[in-house]
Amino acid sequence: MGANDPQAAGKPATKRQFRIWRGDENGGDLQDYTVEVNEGEVVLDVIHRLQATDAPDLACRWNCKAGKCGSCSMEINGKPKLSCMTRMSTFTEDETITVTPLRTFPIIRDLVTDVSFNYEKARETPAFAPPPGVAPGDYRMQQIDVERSQEFRKCIECFLCQNVCHVVRDHEENKTAFSGPRYFIRAAELDMHPLDARNDRKEYAQAEQGLGFCNITKCCTEVCPEHIKITDNGIIPMKERVVDRKYDPLVWLGSKIFRRGQVPQTSVTSGHSSGAVHSSGGAGGQHSHAGGSHDPQAELQAQKGVNWHREVPHPTAPAVDDRGKLPLTELTFDRAAAPSPFGDDVTFPLPPEHLNFAHPDQDKH
Amino acid sequence: MTAPSATTPTTRPGGARPRAAIAARTLRTDRWWLQPLIIAAILLFFIVYSTIRIFMAKWYYVEDYHYLTPLYSPCISTECVPGSAHFGTPLGDFPFFIPLGIIAFPIVAGFRVTCYYYRKAGYRSLWASPPACAVNEPHKSYSGETRFPLFVMNWHRYFFYLAALILLVNIYDAVLAFRGPDGNFGVGLGTLIILVNIVALAGYTASCHACRHVMGGRLKHFSKNPVRYRLWTFVSKLNVRHGTFAMTSLFTVILTDFYVMALSAGWFDDLRFIN
Ligand code: SF4
Ligand code: SF4
Ligand code: FES
Ligand code: FES
Repeated sequence: MGANDPQAAGKPATKRQFRIWRGDENGGDLQDYTVEVNEGEVVLDVIHRLQATDAPDLACRWNCKAGKCGSCSMEINGKPKLSCMTRMSTFTEDETITVTPLRTFPIIRDLVTDVSFNYEKARETPAFAPPPGVAPGDYRMQQIDVERSQEFRKCIECFLCQNVCHVVRDHEENKTAFSGPRYFIRAAELDMHPLDARNDRKEYAQAEQGLGFCNITKCCTEVCPEHIKITDNGIIPMKERVVDRKYDPLVWLGSKIFRRGQVPQTSVTSGHSSGAVHSSGGAGGQHSHAGGSHDPQAELQAQKGVNWHREVPHPTAPAVDDRGKLPLTELTFDRAAAPSPFGDDVTFPLPPEHLNFAHPDQDKH
Repeated sequence: MTAPSATTPTTRPGGARPRAAIAARTLRTDRWWLQPLIIAAILLFFIVYSTIRIFMAKWYYVEDYHYLTPLYSPCISTECVPGSAHFGTPLGDFPFFIPLGIIAFPIVAGFRVTCYYYRKAGYRSLWASPPACAVNEPHKSYSGETRFPLFVMNWHRYFFYLAALILLVNIYDAVLAFRGPDGNFGVGLGTLIILVNIVALAGYTASCHACRHVMGGRLKHFSKNPVRYRLWTFVSKLNVRHGTFAMTSLFTVILTDFYVMALSAGWFDDLRFIN
């Protein structure tokens, strides 16, 4: 084994001890492996080498190997990490390295878990609400107004924060009521967005996302590979925004004495039944496990709200072969790669008159 | 809040789908228990020390140099030793069981207990919820800060307003400490200790998350409020160090109080630089 590995210049390869959790929903255990490690490698490299040698059926999820896709989350020596960003040089040579799947989500096999909890929570979070009376293309924002939200856009959805959060990690029963840090920063991102038209995001975060469950112990911030200050810049400001409306002691006292004061919160709490947000334009009520909801009605609805200033061609699905599949095989396909999402007859740069965007002031015809 | 939500894989009828069967409480190999242990020791020491001092009712004022410990400021009972009642004695006599620091202590204690930094420190080290990241907590159930008593933590804002007033009182005390025995300008080691304590307290109060919020964090459009944006930017810079300020000011308060106690009890003498 390892005979055809390129021997990196510098230190020779070493043998390291690994303990990897193998199993599925019927149970499993930690199994020992001895594997070769070269200079400059990361944990994911070692897992790939194991797949190529001792454990060809070892399941793991990965994609970019550059810390940008968020697929390769696992727990390495008990710490939630991206395996493609965990350097082998951070371990001593005689250290046994334990690799386990994310603990908080249901297991599929070996290092692969079912993270659909997060996608459900994502769908429940109300989307950006376009400001009334402003057409897309007319949105104008200043950098200082959007930079707080931009920090949260760095999220790569690795769900390490969702996995480490003790609210659901240690208490499965809280999964219904608690959306998790990744969706708190989503709520914060939109609440701080200068053009977002919803003004009930604070109440929503408190009543539907379970913001109150978070006890700001900051583990989400500790594990975030994008170094987003989830707690300081997202959760705490959201809690403070809730305080503005909800925890003013005088209001609380008044509501206890006069049984009033519920008014600002009911709009959100009473809408609670299926967990979906009902005002989110028809599509929000659907919970398809396959990803986005392919609801033609909703897509039509979404396009109606957009004023492109001109006739826009409708998006068309790419051509499929007679089995209903994309003809992706190079051998049978007439092009060098997958069909272009812009249409195969489109070349770049586009002639300006084919652009969908029209500047409101400069493009007056 | 406990109404059934969407049918996620984890809430399907028939119970949750199993997670990976890993029995160990944590697989962390580093010394994750060290940090919470140290913090717990510090917090417990401070709680015990300040409780003893609050009920001691003596050795809180050095008449010669006008040093007043922050734990007894403002002292507004007629029982306060002469000179220590900088704001008069509007409340008259206190019954014996009410400590002299009754005005400031609940505010300052409430401010610290509900502080976002101390919440993290306390939940982790004193309540083990969780003791460290990716280490299982021992508690059977968990509702966080969603209900009484812990939702009271959300009142931090109001403790912040009150604590800012107490800070002003402390600053006034510090100014008075710049006097010698004859009433003229004077500086001693005690004055400097009190001054350092004020800087630490001011840093702690100004870097507070609630302060950051009221200064500008609550705004949606920074561009329309340039002054508040500048304030917010300034507080945000301090806010990054909030934990450091929190711990530093804890120690400077103890140090100041201990120094004043030692002088007042006559254990040693103040080191005077001027007058
Ligand atoms: S700070 Fe809150 S959201 Fe983040 S891990 Fe801790 S409890 Fe969970
Ligand atoms: S916030 Fe950070 S830890 Fe959480 S999913 Fe996004 S990138 Fe991962
Ligand atoms: S493989 Fe994409 S983040 Fe690790
Ligand atoms: S004093 Fe710590 S957050 Fe306010």
